[in-house]
Amino acid sequence: MLSESDIGAIVLTLKLAGTTTALLLVLGTPLAWWLARTQSRWKNPVAVVVALPLVLPPTVLGFYLLLLMGPNGPVGKLTQALGIGLLPFSFTGLVVASVLYSMPFVVQPLQNAFEAVHESLLEAAATLRASPLDTFRHVVLPLARSGFATAAILGFAHTVGEFGVVLMVGGNIPNETRVMSVQIYDHVEALRYDNAHWLAASMVLFSLVVLWALYSKRAPGAFRV
Amino acid sequence: MRIRVLTSQLVLLAGLTFSAVAVHADEVLVAVAANFIAPMEQIAAQFAKDTGHQAVLSSGATGAIYAKITNGAPFGVFLSADDKTPARLAKENHADATTDFTYAIGKLVLWSADAAKVDAAGKVLAAGQYKHVAIANPETAPYGKAAVEVMTKLNLYDQIKPKLVTGENIGQTFQFISTGNAQIGFVALSQVYKDGKITQGSAWLVPADYYSPIRQNAILLKRGNDNAAAKALMEYLKSAPANQIIESFGYAICFPSC
Repeated sequence: MLSESDIGAIVLTLKLAGTTTALLLVLGTPLAWWLARTQSRWKNPVAVVVALPLVLPPTVLGFYLLLLMGPNGPVGKLTQALGIGLLPFSFTGLVVASVLYSMPFVVQPLQNAFEAVHESLLEAAATLRASPLDTFRHVVLPLARSGFATAAILGFAHTVGEFGVVLMVGGNIPNETRVMSVQIYDHVEALRYDNAHWLAASMVLFSLVVLWALYSKRAPGAFRV
Repeated sequence: MRIRVLTSQLVLLAGLTFSAVAVHADEVLVAVAANFIAPMEQIAAQFAKDTGHQAVLSSGATGAIYAKITNGAPFGVFLSADDKTPARLAKENHADATTDFTYAIGKLVLWSADAAKVDAAGKVLAAGQYKHVAIANPETAPYGKAAVEVMTKLNLYDQIKPKLVTGENIGQTFQFISTGNAQIGFVALSQVYKDGKITQGSAWLVPADYYSPIRQNAILLKRGNDNAAAKALMEYLKSAPANQIIESFGYAICFPSC
């Protein structure tokens, strides 16, 4: 059965995934909009950086974050100067790492959804004297709704499944950085296969439900990662 | 005359071919605990030179290697980071209990990347001038368990516990400390030691009687039973050249007894 520390890990994982997804929707929406509409020569470089976590092994990302956020890294020096302290081994650090790690899973579906909104609709709205914000709220948002749902589900699910990054920057502290995937790994390493099975099975079930939701939501051909 | 020359050349050629076959015929796949991979690479090279056999190495966490072996991985010899896992494999009929022996004894150090942080008596631990102490997972890593024993013996465990961060293995623990994210931590001497001295930072070599010996055992696996190279390697690990390499990496030797 699930032990108390298993439940702690589940709660922590959901908290991390929820916080990360919320932040990513807030940060990712303007970024995805810009990527979808801009003619700037910076478009491709930015898109490449956003996509980087898709390609990099999570342990590489985690290792560089450990260096960057450490006392000798530029980010670590900044956070110390700001009085926040160092980010590794803290929940905040995990949120920062997860936002970077899950970024493409949120930004890319949003960008696809925004790109699918035809320019003529925006122009029509503008001729009716809608402000850009009005247009975004009343034209773009409803049309991109399924893109938002996909982005949120993928961002959340991907953060739940995160392992390598957390392993590198987390330090395995109960109720602070010990998430489900790390807890499962610990169970397996300690040969507590029963406990591992309980957690792992719930994770498989969770993934199935999420993917089921995703696939039954999507309009044919509308979802692309 | 010409025919004889040709024949002798043929014989020579055949001989070369055969000896080449003999060298490659015996090859053993060896599972090595991650902390021992560096010395083992040297030992394997020397082993190939001295015996002609090839040892192909695959490193990983001891628990992960155990799971692989019990699920049919084709390893002939296993060099574990502890003495429990080989015993367990023998009990479960995956290995030959009579071959189980301690090839190295690990030494624990309190280490910091900062050259001025750790004093030679380890007083820094009680002084508490640090935010995080890194250890390996005490449940799974022998060096982590030893670290907890040391802190308990010094009556500091309860005080330090809130500051502990845990690496999944000593490699990761070393990373936490070397990047400065943990100011001090317990690692294996072998990670910070080369040719008789500490290579970087500052360290306290924890007295051996502060923790139960970190025995690293090797065992001949079922798959190695009919493999000459596997058996030769088990013997070679007890030889003087192997022991010399093991000691140069900061481990103690335990064979034939300790």
